[in-house]
Order: sequence, then C-alpha cells, then structure tokens
Amino acid sequence: MSHSDDATPGHAPTAGAYITGYLLALVLTLIPFGAVYYEAFSPGVMLLVIAVTAVLQLGVHLRLFLHLDMSQEQRWNTISVLFSVFTIFVMVGGTLWLFYSLYARHMMVGY
Amino acid sequence: MASSPSHDLNRVRAAARADTEVNFGFWAYLMSDVVLFSMLFLAYVNLSQRYAGGPTPGEIFSLHGVFLETMALLASSLTFGLAMVSLHQGKKNHIIGWLLATFVLGAFFLWHEVSEFVHIIHEGASFDRSGFLSAYFGLVGTHGAHVFFGMIWLLTMVAQIALRGLTPAIGSRLARLSLFWHFLDLVWICVFSTVYLPGLIQGGSA
Repeated sequence: MSHSDDATPGHAPTAGAYITGYLLALVLTLIPFGAVYYEAFSPGVMLLVIAVTAVLQLGVHLRLFLHLDMSQEQRWNTISVLFSVFTIFVMVGGTLWLFYSLYARHMMVGY
Repeated sequence: MASSPSHDLNRVRAAARADTEVNFGFWAYLMSDVVLFSMLFLAYVNLSQRYAGGPTPGEIFSLHGVFLETMALLASSLTFGLAMVSLHQGKKNHIIGWLLATFVLGAFFLWHEVSEFVHIIHEGASFDRSGFLSAYFGLVGTHGAHVFFGMIWLLTMVAQIALRGLTPAIGSRLARLSLFWHFLDLVWICVFSTVYLPGLIQGGSA
C-alpha cells in the first residue's frame, strides 16, 4: 500500500474545503453553546441538540479536515475508523448497560 | 541532483499521502487513542453525578471560558489546514507562518485550560475531592496533555522546516502532525458536548 517510493502526489487539499469545514463547524458549535447560554429549550431537548450537533460536527471534521472517504488513498483510514466506532460501541455501550443495570438493582440512582 | 523543483515538490507531496505505511501506522495509533479516550469518557459519564458533597459542574464550569477555548481550538484546525495547503504548494514561509499561528492558538487554549484548573483547585475542588472531579481532571487533563505535546511537535517542525527546507521526510512528519492536531479538535468536540455543556444545563447555577 506504500506510495512513498514513487512521486505520486496525494489528493491536494484546498483552502476552500478547509474554510467550508471551519464555517460549518463554527455554526455547529454556536448552536449548542447558544442553546445553553439562552436556556432555549428544556434540559432534555437541550441534551438532544448538543448530541446531534456534536455528531454532525464530528462528521464535518472527519470529511473536510481529515479528508476521510472511500478513495484509494483514504480507504484503510476510513475502514479503521469504522472498526474503532464498532469497538467503542461494544465497550462503552456494554459498560453503560452493565452499570446502569447495577445501579437500578442496588437503587443507587442519584447516590 | 538533476531533479527539477516540481519533481522535488511531488516527492514531498507523495510523502504526505495518507496511505504511506508510516502515515497509516500513525492513524492506527490515533484509533487506539480514540479507544483510550472513550474509556475516560465512560468513566466520566459514570461518575459525573458522584459529588460526595463537593461542588457540582454548574458551580465550577464557566460557559464563557469553554467557549473561548473551543473557538481557539477550532480556529487552530483551520490554520493547520492552511499550513497543509501551503505544503502542497511548496510555500515554505507560508507553512511556517500557519504553524506558528496554530501554536499561538494552541497556547491560548492551554493557558485558559490551566487557569481554569488552577481556579477550580483553589476553590478546594481538586481531583481528590469527589468521583466527579477525579473523572473530570482525568479526562480533560489527558486531552490537555495531548495539546501540550502537539505544541512541542509544532515548534519542532517549524525549526526543521526553517533549517532543512521542504524535504520528503518533513512532508511526511507534517502529515502526521496534521492528523494528530485535527484529532485533538475531534476529542474536544466530545469533551464540551459530554462534560461542559451538559454540566452547565444541570447545574443551573443562576
């Protein structure tokens, strides 16, 4: 998979893509901070807004700053991200499930 | 040494590719770091309401401070991106300028974070005060340590470019630092979305 020996330049990043990414990320940052600052919604809705904008912003960064896609150059980086997401889902999801079940059984909620 | 300048630049750009062995290997390290951070986030989520009679997030977090830190780190992702654009154009002085801008923004971020830590500890809320504070300092401190090492790496690259010019080895190293720096901003999105913003909702420290 090494291309370092020949002189095949990689996909050249453009300033336009970085500026687009920055502006999108800026909007997706201002929304949750603004919501918390102005207490715009109920706490439950606020948590949802924070979570959704965070996931969208992670996508913007991965695509426009880290250039992840399924091209020849980026394919294995992208696959390793998907594998990490799966690993985290199993470990974090599994542990949260375990702990909250434990708290519920021991009535430790709000301890 | 019959190679033309454009051929030399192509070698630098080839060394910066994501699918070279060293750059993919570094990406694999970052993925292992993601797993490490995910465990610190998990510990925080589990301990975030274990105050042990100590301060709550709403009492020690400052929305203003976190907002400034977030803006600085996001801007530093842009400046590093523009350094990589300059690398592909072979503009040595532009790269150094953007890297120094990134360093200044990183320093602003870290200075704010350390001041925040000192302030919290002075209020008697150190990491040994409660489960919440242990998990908070563990998670946010690990991210801050990454930023610190990234800043040392930034200065190292500035010195190498100034002394040796744009060589393929330096293009390769800069590609890895770029991954590292953008990765730190990714983790920070998770930090303010998991720690600060939810903490400031619940706290309701009017």
